[in-house]
Amino acid sequence: MSLMKRMSLIFRSKASKALDRAEDPRETLDYSYQRQIELLSKVRRGVADVATSRKRVELQANQLEQRSQKLHDQAQKALSMGREDLAREALTRKSGLTGQLSDLKAQQAQLQGEEEKLTLASQRLQAKVESFRTRKETIKATYTAAEAQTKINEAFSGISEEMGDVGMAVQRAEDKTAQMQARAGAIDELISSGALDDASSINRGDDITRELDAMSSQSDVESELAALKAGSGADQPEAIESGDASSPAELQAEPKKEEGQA
Amino acid sequence: MIVRILAEGQWDVAEDHLTELNRLDAELEAAIEADDEATFATTLAALLDAVRTSGTVLADDSLEESDLILPPADATVDEVRELLNDDGLIPG
Repeated sequence: MSLMKRMSLIFRSKASKALDRAEDPRETLDYSYQRQIELLSKVRRGVADVATSRKRVELQANQLEQRSQKLHDQAQKALSMGREDLAREALTRKSGLTGQLSDLKAQQAQLQGEEEKLTLASQRLQAKVESFRTRKETIKATYTAAEAQTKINEAFSGISEEMGDVGMAVQRAEDKTAQMQARAGAIDELISSGALDDASSINRGDDITRELDAMSSQSDVESELAALKAGSGADQPEAIESGDASSPAELQAEPKKEEGQA
Repeated sequence: MIVRILAEGQWDVAEDHLTELNRLDAELEAAIEADDEATFATTLAALLDAVRTSGTVLADDSLEESDLILPPADATVDEVRELLNDDGLIPG
């Protein structure tokens, strides 16, 4: 027998197993409706869960992107100071992030897809549940218990199939999300431990930044000196952006610390 | 004839498209038996596309039962095997 046919028979047998639970068949309508409402709220919770996971992954991707950009800037700065070794180090760390980043982007896209699918599934189920409710009320008002059975079977078959489908979709989405959350948790740990990217570990200020800062402080001092010697104080070095204070070397180190404390 | 693609919805497909669907269905079954994940994926995609393009989508509030049911687009060979085992993924 064809695969398509076998699958539909399996769904049908599941559906009929779920039926016939009350003495008065009309009661099974209410019973089933209850289950439909439960499933509907489960799907909605599923949508919210997937959205939460997606946002978490997005946040992580943004963090990594910022770090990646920072390393790029550091490399540029190092190179402009003639420190190819430092630039190389920064770019090496940056390339370490690239793999993680594209992995996160892929996860993000996948979660987005799951979210859209579940949202549509919840819309379809809702429409069917409403349609079922109308039919249920009609059946209860129109038929005796004995007459109702055929009508009930008709109403049931479509909704049971949908419930099987949606129940499965929620399960699959949960499984996928759980896998990704485990990975997201691992990345969170890496980010907070600083192991992933020591170069921009904000609390301590990293080694590349420290070295670049030391160098630029030095060169700021030199250029200031040169400026003073030339008798032109107006020509402030570009690096001192925030400063009206008198010590450019200290100032240069300050903003980094503040950034770390924030 | 009503065809459901799991996780996607239902389509009403005219009988004269059935030959093509059955051909792809047979290929899909062979791929599952051969445990050939690549062929399975391309055949499943072709089969689902055939349903989507040859059929018309049923209204969301329709309560019609499907004559044929197909695995979701991102299904794997193992998942379909589980589905066919009856006690697999379908809750109930």
